[in-house]
Amino acid sequence: MATIIEINKEKALEVKNFEFTYAGADTPSVKKLSMPVAKHNITALIGPSGCGKTTLLRSFNRMHDLYPNNKYSGEIIFKDRNILTSKEDLIKLRIQIGMIFQKPTAFPMSIFDNVAYGLKLQGIKNRTELSTRVEKALKDAAIWNEVKDRLKHDANGLSGGQQQRLCIARAVAVEPEVLLFDEPTSALDPISTAGIEELIVELRERVSIIIVTHNMQQAARVSDYTGFMYLGELVELGRTEEIFVTPKERLTEEYITGKFG
Amino acid sequence: MNIFIDKFFANTTRFIAFGILLLVAWIFTVLFEHSLESIKAFGFLFITEDKWAPNLEKFGALPAIYGSVISTFLAMILAVPLAIGVAIFLSEIAHAKLKAPVGVSIELLAAIPSVVYGMWGLFYFVPIIRDIFGGVGISMLSAGIVLSVMILPFMAAITRDAMNTTPDILKESAYALGGTKWDVVKDIIIPYAKAGIIGSFILALGRAIGETMAVTFVMGNVHKISIDLTQPATSIPVTLANEFAEADSALYYSSLFELSLLLLVVSFTIISVAKFYFLRRKRVI
Repeated sequence: MATIIEINKEKALEVKNFEFTYAGADTPSVKKLSMPVAKHNITALIGPSGCGKTTLLRSFNRMHDLYPNNKYSGEIIFKDRNILTSKEDLIKLRIQIGMIFQKPTAFPMSIFDNVAYGLKLQGIKNRTELSTRVEKALKDAAIWNEVKDRLKHDANGLSGGQQQRLCIARAVAVEPEVLLFDEPTSALDPISTAGIEELIVELRERVSIIIVTHNMQQAARVSDYTGFMYLGELVELGRTEEIFVTPKERLTEEYITGKFG
Repeated sequence: MNIFIDKFFANTTRFIAFGILLLVAWIFTVLFEHSLESIKAFGFLFITEDKWAPNLEKFGALPAIYGSVISTFLAMILAVPLAIGVAIFLSEIAHAKLKAPVGVSIELLAAIPSVVYGMWGLFYFVPIIRDIFGGVGISMLSAGIVLSVMILPFMAAITRDAMNTTPDILKESAYALGGTKWDVVKDIIIPYAKAGIIGSFILALGRAIGETMAVTFVMGNVHKISIDLTQPATSIPVTLANEFAEADSALYYSSLFELSLLLLVVSFTIISVAKFYFLRRKRVI
């Protein structure tokens, strides 16, 4: 039933017949979902609360495995393998597929140590290498000029918008191939939001991005492809301008014109 | 009419609250008053003199202070690592089905009256200590071990509560960077909950230093400073529990009061530090 665009470009991820059921739930929260994710593009997932968009996003880095008894079925293909198998190395997977959360999550340590954290987890100890890569990541996240004089300060002293950019710097420092954004601006003011959106668009050069947002304008502003989800299903996936101007499905049209939400 | 009830209620509760402040002040005053004779007689020597000889009217508190400090120190050394381990297990590792029963039994352990710990220590632990380390069994070492068992559940429960305040999203952020469970515990949870954890240790310390019954059973009451931990010793509360009945002179009596004043000041300080410095409510992410 769903209208899903064919993508002829190289794909970062490919979801096939994916289902996800939370522990203790009778019905799956994501149902028989298939979609491609184009490499070095931004794919936005929109839909009303409870439609399964965040659940889908958290499946790409197997975040659901932190809690017991959640069930996956189907396939998510990443680098020619299905990442849903039990032999998948979740540590390596999460280094390759990074994540930014709804609220800024600065760790209780200095600005420098926050960005260096992922690198240190990989066993990088060389001070010069660490500081070069931290500096590069902070520049990539457009926050270097604001923090370069206080790298040793506690990261919790930064503003919300700065902390979120710090989290992005922390995620790009380990050079992932895919970055997952879970409503990254929902706790931020409009000016910080604009800054983060600009940054996400710039990051497309280096990583493939999937962003979940409850804000349709945000999806329209930043993304190349948009998927509309409803009741655990993907209703439509297409080029963003088509989804917002000439949607093929009636449900998509009703959602983007505000008939329900 | 309603305004009258409100006023009446406000004034009654205010009176009760101030009553508590008065009670603390009152206890301090009484202890101080009764200690005066001993304070006048010995001055500062009271806490540096190592002879406690009632028949010679000589009272030095150093052996009791030494016993309190060393037994508490021993208890902390033994209990701190175990408490952290139990707390990590309960907050991060244990399956949900295991968390509740183990958590509740730990809280139950914390509710066992200390006299029960003392009897258990005397009849079970003391013979084991005697067999392994020699000596008579009733000793500083036994006291330290029984104290550690006694404060462990309390420490573990508060440490677990402190660790549980770490927001999930913060832990998930560390997992999302490729962290293992151990990385997350060591780099995120412990630093985040640090103040609460240290606070729980200090509260436990306060409890251990004032503990009377559990220690009285297993420590002996010997006013002698000995490096050998298998020797019987005494502590401030143990001395108080054992000797009030036999305090036959005014100076003896007053010296015991000065000991209790000393203990009160130390406990008061420890608990104040824990409450005001470490256990303040944390800013939430």
